[in-house]
Amino acid sequence: MANHGAGFDPEEFTRAAREFGARLRDSRRLLLIVGLVIVGIVAIYGSYYQVEPDEVGLVTRFGRFVRTSDPGPHGKFPFGIERVQKVPVQRQLKQEFGFRTARADIQSSFHKDEKTAAESVMLTGDLNVATVEWIVQYKISDPYKYLFRMRDTEETFRLMTEASMRTVVGDHSVTELLTVGREAIAAKAKQLLSNLCKLYDNGISVQQLILQDVDPPEPVRPSFNAVNQAIQERERSINEAWAEYNQEIPRARGLAEQKIQAAEGYAIDRVNRAKGDAQRFTALEEQYRKSPEVTRTRIYLETLAAVLPSAGRKLIFDEKAKGILPMFPLGPSQEVKP
Amino acid sequence: MSGRSIVIGAVFVVLGLATLSSALYTVSETEQVVITQFGQPIGVAVTQAGLHVKVPFAQEANVFEKRWLEWNGNANQVPTRDKKYIGVETYARWRIANPLLFFQRLRDERGAQSRLDDIIDGETRNVIASHDLIEVVRTTNRAFEKGEEAEDIMEAESMREIELGRDKITRLILEHVQHVVPDYGIELVDVQIQRVNYIESVQAKVFDRMISERKRIADRHRSEGQGKSAEVRGKKERELKVIESEAYRKTQEIMGRGDAEAATIYAEAYNRNRELYRFLKTMETYRSTIDKESWLVLSTSTDAFRYLQSQTAAGGGKAEAKSR
Repeated sequence: MANHGAGFDPEEFTRAAREFGARLRDSRRLLLIVGLVIVGIVAIYGSYYQVEPDEVGLVTRFGRFVRTSDPGPHGKFPFGIERVQKVPVQRQLKQEFGFRTARADIQSSFHKDEKTAAESVMLTGDLNVATVEWIVQYKISDPYKYLFRMRDTEETFRLMTEASMRTVVGDHSVTELLTVGREAIAAKAKQLLSNLCKLYDNGISVQQLILQDVDPPEPVRPSFNAVNQAIQERERSINEAWAEYNQEIPRARGLAEQKIQAAEGYAIDRVNRAKGDAQRFTALEEQYRKSPEVTRTRIYLETLAAVLPSAGRKLIFDEKAKGILPMFPLGPSQEVKP
Repeated sequence: MSGRSIVIGAVFVVLGLATLSSALYTVSETEQVVITQFGQPIGVAVTQAGLHVKVPFAQEANVFEKRWLEWNGNANQVPTRDKKYIGVETYARWRIANPLLFFQRLRDERGAQSRLDDIIDGETRNVIASHDLIEVVRTTNRAFEKGEEAEDIMEAESMREIELGRDKITRLILEHVQHVVPDYGIELVDVQIQRVNYIESVQAKVFDRMISERKRIADRHRSEGQGKSAEVRGKKERELKVIESEAYRKTQEIMGRGDAEAATIYAEAYNRNRELYRFLKTMETYRSTIDKESWLVLSTSTDAFRYLQSQTAAGGGKAEAKSR
């Protein structure tokens, strides 16, 4: 720089230019090396890819699908000549309708908002309204179709599921939906959804469709509960009546049996007594026949002997001695009275 | 190597690269391409994925989707034929079947979406408006399973038989739309009714109806309970009467049988000697009837006391007794 002031020296310029050229050549070489290294790194990096155990890789060359690769490390052409898209074919995927799992844990927390509410409200076959929450589990059975047949396969699958569920619910009464028909509805919706998947050929296979909470809409819920209460009430009053029945009928049966037994006892008693009396009489009669006179007198006198002492008052009179009777004071009752 | 030659070489390389990149184009699995030359479509659409060649600079590759595309309808408020206001949400899936035609008529997807809005929404309205609500909701005429609850309380309207049903109505919409869209190079693959809901003001009325319906069902259960329990009580009363009266009948029967048997036995025995029986029975009666309160007024002429009078009178007394 100092030379500037001192004037132009061509020799020095040439030397400087040559030096500069050499330095330039050096740095160009360096640049080239650095460039090549970078390209090499990118090439290596771009040639390697790894497929996770639950995935499969789909390789396209210039946009065209060429091969699938199984889990493990793989190589491909770098620089966008070949590209890989990984699809989780082994994973059990899940979509939720009417709610979202905010945090899956031992005690999962769920999240609901206007959007999920709109998913769950639907018309039943008897033109009532119900809110249905459900999940669908599915797998990607054909990754090629899943990726290349439809744009936004997932979202379409959501819509297909909603349409299927509403179609089935629309063919059932609200009572069926809430009670007896749950399983049948889930099974039919799954069937319908599977058919739709086949029709769309979207590479998805439906594993399970499970109904979660199924409720009448909020404003009518109390009246549904009232029906349940009425059913309980009905059962209770019927049970009470049966309880009364079961209390009284066996007792009445027992009492009846008692009466019958008593009657039988009476009958046996009667017969036995009769037999006894008869035998006694017969025995006596046999003796009597041998000596009627004596027996008769004996019995008569024996009776009197037994009877007379027990009588309160005795009056023995002679028919021929008249006049006693009128003087006879009748009974002590008169004396007692006053 | 002169500086000029380096420059010229560089220019050629750049030009060559530019030509190459303009001549080559890739078509992915999800795309199809229409080649235009100065804006004019040339040849058929390229649907085969991979690397392709075209005339550089003059020709342009216009890329279109090959996959099924979305169309999601808005919630349409439509009155059904039976004047029920409902919100209907449909979705459709379509694809660009004829990219050339599509390109000429609609230019791009945005244009297609707005055209599909017009066509599908309109067709949905038409079809829904010319059918009753029940036709849109139900698919078959299957009978509802009767659960615990009494279904016959339901409104007759909801129990009506359907003619078409949701499935056929959806197909009706699909067919009508499929008729129109090929003009735009579009193929409509499917239309589905995604949601059918009452609009809010109608919904409130429906809720009222549901409440009254449930109330009727509850009342019915309650009265059924009362009826059934009365039935059980009646059954109980009846059975009580049966048991009691039967017991009475049996006891009387048994006792009667006993009495009869006893009577037979007595009669048989006593008939052997009626006179003795009468005598014995009389004696027995004396024993049982005379007690402390009794007065006995006895004449000396009776058998027992005749000897009080005289010893001799005994014979006469005896004769008297015998004659009796």
